[in-house]
Amino acid sequence: MKILVCISNVPDTTTKIKLTGDQSAVDLANAQWIINPWDELALTRALELKEASAGKIDKVTVITVGDKNAEPTIRKALAIGADDAIRVDAAPADAFAVAYEVSEAAKAENFDIILCGIESSDYNGSAMGGMLSEFLGLPSVSSVSKLEIEGDQVKVNREIPGGNELVEPETPFVAIVQKGIAKEPRIPSMRGIMMARKKPLNVVAPAGATALTEFVAYQPPQPKAACKMIAAENVGELVELLHNEAKII
Amino acid sequence: MSNVLIYTENFDGKFKKSTFEIASYGAEIATLLGGEAIALSVGNVAEDDLVQLGLYGVTKVLNFANEGYANLDNQAYASVVASAVEKENASVVIFSGSTIAKAVAPRVSVKLKAGMVYAATGLPKNLSPFTVPKKVFHGKAFADVVIKSEIKIISLAQNSYGVVENPCNVVVEPFDVPANAPFKTRVTNVEKTSGKVLLNDAEIIVSGGRGLKGPENWAPLEELADILGAATACSRPVSDEGWRPHSEHVGQTGKIVAPNLYFALGISGAIQHLAGVSSSKVIVAVNTDHEAPVFQAADYGIIGDVQKILPQLNEAFRKFKNEN
Ligand SMILES: Cc1cc2nc3c(=O)[nH]c(=O)nc-3n(C[C@H](O)[C@H](O)[C@H](O)COP(=O)(O)OP(=O)(O)OC[C@H]3O[C@@H](n4cnc5c(N)ncnc54)[C@H](O)[C@@H]3O)c2cc1C
Repeated sequence: MKILVCISNVPDTTTKIKLTGDQSAVDLANAQWIINPWDELALTRALELKEASAGKIDKVTVITVGDKNAEPTIRKALAIGADDAIRVDAAPADAFAVAYEVSEAAKAENFDIILCGIESSDYNGSAMGGMLSEFLGLPSVSSVSKLEIEGDQVKVNREIPGGNELVEPETPFVAIVQKGIAKEPRIPSMRGIMMARKKPLNVVAPAGATALTEFVAYQPPQPKAACKMIAAENVGELVELLHNEAKII
Repeated sequence: MSNVLIYTENFDGKFKKSTFEIASYGAEIATLLGGEAIALSVGNVAEDDLVQLGLYGVTKVLNFANEGYANLDNQAYASVVASAVEKENASVVIFSGSTIAKAVAPRVSVKLKAGMVYAATGLPKNLSPFTVPKKVFHGKAFADVVIKSEIKIISLAQNSYGVVENPCNVVVEPFDVPANAPFKTRVTNVEKTSGKVLLNDAEIIVSGGRGLKGPENWAPLEELADILGAATACSRPVSDEGWRPHSEHVGQTGKIVAPNLYFALGISGAIQHLAGVSSSKVIVAVNTDHEAPVFQAADYGIIGDVQKILPQLNEAFRKFKNEN
């Protein structure tokens, strides 16, 4: 069995977001780049499954679509424990284009389970995993908060509004994963970092996807008015303000 | 092609406010385009409920009640939506911002080669080029996104447009698709956490952080939620510690919520937490530390020990509820 984990290279979640002077782009010149938090959890789960599989899962591959600047991030995924990596050498234009590139690059290898994070923490698209599954013609399960393999059957937990469903997909399939899929993301060990240098990172040419959307302008959020402080001895004032001033209760 | 197709979700056969919100939103876009607002309902919804969509500008409801589709299968549902789009010549497809939108909409996008914007924050700013506003970096910036394809898919961020009444004559039409291959996913068990207000529907959310010190201190917080008809939520460490269920975790890596009123109790207001709650209309913070970053995001603040303040809040809100 082979697992593919899709990795998005995103600015660290604490990055201050500044816009370029003409507001046509986000200025990320000084950002630290990380593995998208959900993708990191997906990778962690993939490695746990491999370790528990007694050799049945022989490989965990990571893939990203990005230029050379994305390499430290994909190397980090190797250092965490992935066996090999693919970088599709193209700028990630939009979810549609990224999903198409991944689908083309993934076709050659017949992965049994493909894991994607439910969202990327930069442009908050929530679309790539679903699009990938459709390009590949594979079943998909979204909002997956648990994934187990029992014998030959994959069982996943899907969070639904107000509950959970146990879903059994046929494989190969795409799982779009969220919180809960793994407890804590793994961090690379010293040994992992050393080993990652020798692991294969295959750079492949893009298939030539066309993006269907384009981010043309940005605005900063509206500044917020100062917080009104209420004395701890007088919480009744809060109720009064919420009622008469904010008119929210 | 200027019709708008609205994918409506029901919960045990009933529509919720979020459904009426996307109906209102889709109807306004249809008006801008000079077309009709057509709703697609998947599942078992009574005629009396379906026609409610007419109150919000919908003129036709495609009623897809095929029993074979009782459980969500992303692939099969996407085919249903795509055939409805084709049948109605829709040029815009609207989804809510819910889990089903994340599951189905991206597949429809590929089927129809339709560009998609997830979690749009308002009406298109421009029809040509078709430009939709959305939040990026979890609200640290906003972006205008041009959708270049002929068919456009928009999922609307909850509570970003509102419910707008616009009564119309509405017809309900049965809708079906030719039988397709058996589903490749099987639902073998469903667990519902009943009786509680769901986070994503809640108008008011009462949320607790590590400042509550331990799971045994949640009773007064739950009491406040009860008094206000609110949902309960928590910060990430609280769910990581197992003090509260994962489904309550809000923030960048948990649920993104946008209630009218959000109580942050004993929550420091880390940037990743605020990312999930900053669209709330009003934020109230209670914290012992006057320098906690949460006060920068809050509208109203109280400096003090949450365990002492909560019983007072409960008393004050209960009194208010009794009088109003
Ligand atoms: C990649 C990434 C993603 C993350 N995603 C999320 C996310 O989705 N959601 C999330 O919440 N966090 C997230 N975090 C974690 C986040 O950075 C914070 O660590 C977390 O939000 C802090 O939770 P807290 O406010 O409950 O706890 P703390 O930061 O420990 O704050 C507790 C607060 O309670 C106050 N306090 C203490 N005692 C009392 C008292 N008796 N009465 C009143 N106040 C008191 C303290 O002054 C303090 O401000 C993420 C972090 C990373 C790195």
